[in-house]
Amino acid sequence: MATEVHNLQELRRSASLATKIFIQRDYSDGTICQFQTKFPPELDGRIERQLFEETIKTLNGFYAEAEKIGGSSYLEGCLACATAYFIFLCMETHYEKVLKKISRYILEQNEKIFAPRGLLLTDPVERGMRVIEISIYEDRCSSGSSSSGSSSSGSGSSSGGGGGAGSR
Amino acid sequence: MSPGGGGGPMGDCEYSQIGTHSPSPMEAPPAEKKRVRARRKWEVFPGRNQFFCDGRIMMAQQRGVFYLTLVLILVTSGLFFAFDCPYLAVRITPAVPAAGAVLFFFVMGTLLRTSFSDPGVLPRATPDEAADLERQIDIANGSSSGGYRSPPRTKEVIINGQTVKLKYCFTCKIFRPPRASHCSLCDNCVERFDHHCPWVGNCVGKRNYRFFYMFILSLSFLTVFIFAFVITHVILRSQQTGFLNAIKDSPARYPFVLEAVVCFFSVWSIVGLLGFHTYLISSNQTTNEDIKGSWSNKRGKENYNPYSYGNIFTNCCVALCGPVSPSLIDRRGYVQPDTPQPAAPSNGLATYGATASQSDMCDQDQCIQSTKFVLQAAATPLLQSEPSLASDELHLPGKPGLGTPCASLTLGQPTPPSSMPNLAAEAGLTDILPLKEEHVGHQFLTPEEAPSPPRLLAGSPLAHSRTAHVLGLASQDALHEDSVRGLVKLSSV
Repeated sequence: MATEVHNLQELRRSASLATKIFIQRDYSDGTICQFQTKFPPELDGRIERQLFEETIKTLNGFYAEAEKIGGSSYLEGCLACATAYFIFLCMETHYEKVLKKISRYILEQNEKIFAPRGLLLTDPVERGMRVIEISIYEDRCSSGSSSSGSSSSGSGSSSGGGGGAGSR
Repeated sequence: MSPGGGGGPMGDCEYSQIGTHSPSPMEAPPAEKKRVRARRKWEVFPGRNQFFCDGRIMMAQQRGVFYLTLVLILVTSGLFFAFDCPYLAVRITPAVPAAGAVLFFFVMGTLLRTSFSDPGVLPRATPDEAADLERQIDIANGSSSGGYRSPPRTKEVIINGQTVKLKYCFTCKIFRPPRASHCSLCDNCVERFDHHCPWVGNCVGKRNYRFFYMFILSLSFLTVFIFAFVITHVILRSQQTGFLNAIKDSPARYPFVLEAVVCFFSVWSIVGLLGFHTYLISSNQTTNEDIKGSWSNKRGKENYNPYSYGNIFTNCCVALCGPVSPSLIDRRGYVQPDTPQPAAPSNGLATYGATASQSDMCDQDQCIQSTKFVLQAAATPLLQSEPSLASDELHLPGKPGLGTPCASLTLGQPTPPSSMPNLAAEAGLTDILPLKEEHVGHQFLTPEEAPSPPRLLAGSPLAHSRTAHVLGLASQDALHEDSVRGLVKLSSV
């Protein structure tokens, strides 16, 4: 775990934040937590479409599992009500367990897929479940010159200015 | 920086960082480490909530009515246990006080749970997100012609075949999820917003609706229970000693009357409320939606509730026993020094009763603008917009703020749209602030009320600080807003 964190730290130190893009929520199924699987144009060339969509779909699957209404959730709800909700002091809810799973999954995805491509996913729970924030980094030593050129021209007009200043 | 991959060690390093731009946390000099203490997120929370027990407890700002609720329940139950239970335990069965005690604890537990928990507050957008959204909105609205003000920022989405409009919240800088609403009392967007209940001193939303329902359910039972057994007590005593003697001589005569009166009046209101919420739960609607008639058949034959699961049983089960989502605002987490906090334009102005929900300007600009407009505003009848209590629908022209059943804080009923003098005066002001047509939600004060702002403000709904919910963000709106606010600021000095 320490070496993996070390890699992400290196990413932050050696690369500079170019821009952030936000994957918004998809409300077509109601109020359950789902994110849009539409491929953002800014990621074109940085990551394969299929990998990206797979990540988002897996995340959507996790959230659907967390909010699933069925036998086990009813049981948990009834038990909680019977104990006047004091049981939540001792026990983690099913939703919280799934959120932990999601954090682990995102960390793993960052390590394996996104960080090597200069990208970083932020856990939606840290953004109030509104968006999946993807930070796009550029190498300071500008080894990936063509992609950095296109992205840095985009970063001039992007909202990453604030984030970029913060990281410098 | 994105904290997504940061583990424990990274987090600890960042505590000592003092918001410098250096990416390396080790560069912070040791001397400064001691001066800066890590703050918890509740201390910098932008909404108008109060936190206790180091962020564990979260309530609205006005809690007076909540204390009244507590006192009523505690006193009535206390009198019942002190005066009626000894007699009834002996005369009927000890199960009576036992059942009473169980009910009482359930009532208190659910009440405290409703009052102290996070109703489902949506955290405000980070500056990056807000800027990104603004850009997208500008792109979407870019084609509108100069003279015509573009319509309010909305997004349409189709849910289960029904078209639902998502509105943009100017305070929180997000598009509100379906069923979410902005509570002007607490200045937060709340998921599945039901209503703001002064009796529990908190909003009722997605996360605490079931506790609220359980509270009114158990309170109904408790009220009926106490009322029934107080009457039983009186009857039994009067069988022994005659009715008048029972009332006159018994040490419990004042408690009898007090309990009976309190319970009698409570029963009607609480049982009525319980019935209403049972209907809401079974049709999977919120109080907000029911009041607005969002899914009522009167709006059209094709109008139906897209969130309903079809049958009453499922709707009830989901509302009461469904999964509980965790709090999104992480009140006890630590503030990362280099993480930009969400823009909180209302911070400095919250106490003055008008949030800067519509203004994109920073506080300094508002001060400058408001100073400019003070003299102008003072010379003309004060225009104050009276918005709806819990948000959205100002396209109903002239309709006063919709009060929710529980919200008893309607101190200032919005005065109806004005007579001619005000319009003439407003025309004068329009030379300075060209107000546009869609300010239909504005309520104009009569000339008698206008000239004395301090008195007006003392009596106004300042106490529950309504958000000026002007749709169609225009800089002129913001300036108009500021003139009011500027006047408010000066008068409160």
